[in-house]
Amino acid sequence: MTDALNKGSYDTIIIGAGHNGLVCAAYLAKAGRKVLVLEAASQPGGAAATREFHPGFRISSGAHLLTQLNPGIARELGLASHGLAYAARDLKTVALAEDGAHLVIDGASVSGVSASDAAAYGRFHTQNKRFGKVLDGFFSRRQPTLVDRSWDDAFSLLKLGWSLRRLGKDDMQDLMRVGLINIYDVANEHFDSELLKAAVAMDGVLGSHMGPRSPNTVYGYLHRHIGDAWGNTGPALVRGGMGALGQAFAAAARGFGAEIRCDSKVALVEMQGCRATGVTLESGETLLADTIISNADPKTTFEKLVGHPSLDAGFSRRVHNFRSRGVSAKLHLALDALPEFTGLDGALAGERLLLAPTMDHIERAFNHAKYGEYSQAPVMEVSIPTVHDDSLAPAGKHVLSAIVQFAPYALGQGWDTGKQAFKQLALDQLEQYAPGIGQQLLASELSTPVDLEREFGMTGGHWHHGEIALDQALLMRPMPGAHQYSTPIPGLFLCGAGSHPGGGIMGLAGRNAAEAVIKHQSNGKERAA
Amino acid sequence: MSLRPHDERMVMPTPFAPRVAALCQTNDWYTWAGYTTPNTFEEVGLEYFAMRNATGVFDLSPMTKYRITGPDSEAFLNRVMVRDVRKIKPGRVGYTVWCTDEGMVHDDGTIFHLADGDYRLCAQERCMDWLHWSTLGFDVDIADETADIAALAVQGPTSCATLRNMGLSGIENLKPFGIATFPFNGAELLVSRTGYTGDLGYELWIDAGQALPLWDALFAAGRELLIRPVGSEALGIARIEAGFIMAGEDFVPAEQVVRHGRARSPFELGLDWLVDFHKGPFTGRNALLKEQREGSRYRFVILDIEGNKPANHSFILDKHGRTIGHVTSAAWCPTAKSNIALASMNMPWGRDDDEMYAEIYYNRELAWTRLLSRCRVRRDPVFDPPRRRATPAQNL
Repeated sequence: MTDALNKGSYDTIIIGAGHNGLVCAAYLAKAGRKVLVLEAASQPGGAAATREFHPGFRISSGAHLLTQLNPGIARELGLASHGLAYAARDLKTVALAEDGAHLVIDGASVSGVSASDAAAYGRFHTQNKRFGKVLDGFFSRRQPTLVDRSWDDAFSLLKLGWSLRRLGKDDMQDLMRVGLINIYDVANEHFDSELLKAAVAMDGVLGSHMGPRSPNTVYGYLHRHIGDAWGNTGPALVRGGMGALGQAFAAAARGFGAEIRCDSKVALVEMQGCRATGVTLESGETLLADTIISNADPKTTFEKLVGHPSLDAGFSRRVHNFRSRGVSAKLHLALDALPEFTGLDGALAGERLLLAPTMDHIERAFNHAKYGEYSQAPVMEVSIPTVHDDSLAPAGKHVLSAIVQFAPYALGQGWDTGKQAFKQLALDQLEQYAPGIGQQLLASELSTPVDLEREFGMTGGHWHHGEIALDQALLMRPMPGAHQYSTPIPGLFLCGAGSHPGGGIMGLAGRNAAEAVIKHQSNGKERAA
Repeated sequence: MSLRPHDERMVMPTPFAPRVAALCQTNDWYTWAGYTTPNTFEEVGLEYFAMRNATGVFDLSPMTKYRITGPDSEAFLNRVMVRDVRKIKPGRVGYTVWCTDEGMVHDDGTIFHLADGDYRLCAQERCMDWLHWSTLGFDVDIADETADIAALAVQGPTSCATLRNMGLSGIENLKPFGIATFPFNGAELLVSRTGYTGDLGYELWIDAGQALPLWDALFAAGRELLIRPVGSEALGIARIEAGFIMAGEDFVPAEQVVRHGRARSPFELGLDWLVDFHKGPFTGRNALLKEQREGSRYRFVILDIEGNKPANHSFILDKHGRTIGHVTSAAWCPTAKSNIALASMNMPWGRDDDEMYAEIYYNRELAWTRLLSRCRVRRDPVFDPPRRRATPAQNL
């Protein structure tokens, strides 16, 4: 449909060189498509980024721990050969206690708790791994539609049904039960230790506008632990920071022939008739292609790049109602020395550290967010990557990265005034667990959801581009009408974290999208408008 | 938030209620969109023939009226409606339908392009929620002026003369679907050459406070021309004769449908001519394109049925007695002397040469009779006089 005269040398344009955009580009280029990836920032990788925030100190400014990278994608794209190296793998999780009675989770085992809790955690972990294997089946393919479905969709449903059935009666009942309740109740069913319950609950609420008692938190937990089903026992640290992974994705995409243009922010999706035919950059330049794939979040894609007027009113309302307000801030510290956490063996300082004493504490921290306030006693996930990776700071110095919750995007008082105070609250929390850390501070930086939105172009600063909740998951992600990577606009597709199965540097959304685009084209389903 | 009229009282009188009630000898009322409205005034035949041979006046005030203004009002309406709203110039009225994302008809109505960027949408059903949801991305204001505007339909061969008598000079030059304004009693009277009878006729729109003076002036002007108030029963016959569909009868507004699949698309209501795929995006476009490619489920037809027993609620059968459709509206049409039904046929039935029968039941003093009356598809409405379109208008 595009005017052959104006047509560029690309058949596919991908908006955004975040990891899913790059994965999608790589698979499409591998399949012979001529792919151009347009990136607003000056380097590819999206929220897989490393940035110097203080002279000589570099930090993973978006995602900091790698928990969910799909190993199949890493293998198929040859990420290792494109420079991906791990500074550490299968990190333990240390739930810090102020009095130093920490507990350590390592895969299926946990130390620092009663024998019965340890046994219960083993069972819990193993069951969740089985659930994870079922989810893996759901995550690794395009979600079927329930009406108007094709044979393909029917087959998918059959396979998914079978994977559920194969769990056995008890597990299947349990999955359907816990999937709909909350992590607070589930943790209470299994464990006695408040600290252990809190550590489990944190995995249900990280990145989400949810407290432990919110529904969807079990799904959030399982989503976060999908890596367990792929053989990880804990998160990994990328050598050189997460930006190195972004670079590896970019190198892989380039390796297959995709072109990546940075500093090229897309302003609009161009339409001819009612079909997407290209994009216009903020510079005013227009680029045409038959297939446009947006790795931008659904709100950015539909509200800004396409615009409500080009959409059906009902769909446009679903876009409007899509929940994507982040609650996670990132705290970055440059430290003169390795901080000492009360009672923590220095060898464990490089593990994943949690500052969340009880589930009630987390719930109270969340309460504030419901009313547009930040938590007075925020909870945190902390990583000190320099324990494993000396490339990020001068010798002997350290950087600390923390996800701090809850910091609602739409802060009532506004982040201009709130930012400094919230950062201080986060530092105070750290001081309680690591007395003296304040004196080691060389520089500090807090990225609020508003900052993250600006830095990475994610609406609401939400790292999944939208809440991971059952009403926005699986065959309803991001919303009915756009849930199979195609959109109501012919020629326009989605490949980002806003699509099934979500973000978290997994790559599956990008790969599934590439498969969906290829299938769409080969089915000849696409019709000129 | 200020109280809206219906917050205080569930069913409201219309601004013409004192006059209407005084003339309603049958005391036969029903509720239309939250307003008390007469089914009949005196006798349905008299009212019908007043409309066809002289002038019938129908109180249109319960019609839902939305005022749509703002810089994006045209673009907004163009996105809501299936037709190209840009082609409705200022001073003109256009018939239209609007659809859900699935291409199912919410309602039909008329768009009045009052002035540049200033529109009034008149509809059978309330649809503020849908219009409001549709405003995302548009700079537009929507005000519900249903209660603020009183409206009368003045329909029939002497309607133009009646309005001239009332002092609306030059009204005969108003073209079909045109709008004109006249000073009336210190207010502005808006007149459109529109109606629901398929005949020469006008609709009068005025501030609700002017309703009674308008009624009085109109009836004084029309006395010699045999003006008569008309209830909804007589109007119902006239609209079937003219082939006009009605929300709630010939289709269920998509928002009110409970059972999946019971709504109808514009194609399934014979409104293909309204749908404009070349104008750009509008709600339902994708679904309607798909329907156009893959085929509709139903076909809307006007049926001419043998005999004189109205085929209300009848099944339509093929020659083997299999159900192939059903009647949605039916009437014995006195002027055309025809037994007419509007029907929804299962595809592919309803083609010109199909052999079809209406299964009609009627009861005479506890004796039921079942008829199988042959039906023929009519291409055009049975009532369509040249005076409907003639300008200058017939001025009897």
